[in-house]
Amino acid sequence: MEDTVLKLGKYEFNSRLFVGTGKYQTFDIMKEALEASGAEVITVAVRRANIGGKPGESLLDHIDKDKYTILPNTAGCYSADEAVRTAFLAREMGISDLIKLEVLGDENTLLPDPVDTLKATEALVKEGFTVLVYTSDDPIAAKRLQDAGATSVMPAGAPIGSGQGILNPNNIRIILETLSVPIIVDAGVGTASDVTVAMELGCEGVLLNTGIALAKDPIKMARAMKLACESGRLAHLSGRIPKKLYANASSPLKDF
Amino acid sequence: MQINVNGENKECPTETSVSKLLESLDIDNRYVAVELNHKIVPRTQFNEKILQENDSLEIVTFVGGG
Repeated sequence: MEDTVLKLGKYEFNSRLFVGTGKYQTFDIMKEALEASGAEVITVAVRRANIGGKPGESLLDHIDKDKYTILPNTAGCYSADEAVRTAFLAREMGISDLIKLEVLGDENTLLPDPVDTLKATEALVKEGFTVLVYTSDDPIAAKRLQDAGATSVMPAGAPIGSGQGILNPNNIRIILETLSVPIIVDAGVGTASDVTVAMELGCEGVLLNTGIALAKDPIKMARAMKLACESGRLAHLSGRIPKKLYANASSPLKDF
Repeated sequence: MQINVNGENKECPTETSVSKLLESLDIDNRYVAVELNHKIVPRTQFNEKILQENDSLEIVTFVGGG
């Protein structure tokens, strides 16, 4: 079935699965998993460079920058100011003007701080960033972020790294009905069926990291996630049958 | 002279440029961004920007993340 490309600002993608680069045991496993996932967009974090001892290998030496679009995040930021500063540093590296904006509220839940997330979105949009913003599954917060100029709004399916799946599909449905920007489920995905659920609901994509990186076999899981994403997307585009209470025979009921 | 890099005090010669500092710290300058006293130093100015006594630098790079 023909599908349209996913447009995010000036960027266009065929793959709707976005994957992270964190938590892999080795760069080689990461590389193979990225490949198996079919992802075109991969996320990275911004951190202090190591200034003591031997220089470590650079993550970017292991990533084909012609093949992947780099999506830097502001993970670990707990205020709008910090997140904006991190976004500027990320852009200064000269690889991408995309930013996965993440402003967290506290360390235990890693849930987004809605007020500072909105403030940072406004500030970064004004500065010309293509902002993909992580939020909770609150439809009102999501709408406010769209109104602030976010290119994509990315509700969490469940808390970051929790692998609990799409906890509140109803909220995701309301977000999908209310907003017009692409909705990408970000966080909480534990296994392939979680990705399918998100895509069947009509999300434009899914972003995940831990579900692949910490699976016993990350490369196999990456492929499973790829298939799940395509499968859910196809099912969404196909228009599923309505759920009914009673049976509806598949074989003709008439006599020979 | 004394400077501060990523929260650590360092000794460095006068007339050190940002480029020179990165080199002396064995940092690959292709994938870094630098803040000098909380202001970004554009990559194009790494060679000409000379550090002063008590400057505070933040040098960041990309690492794995989700």
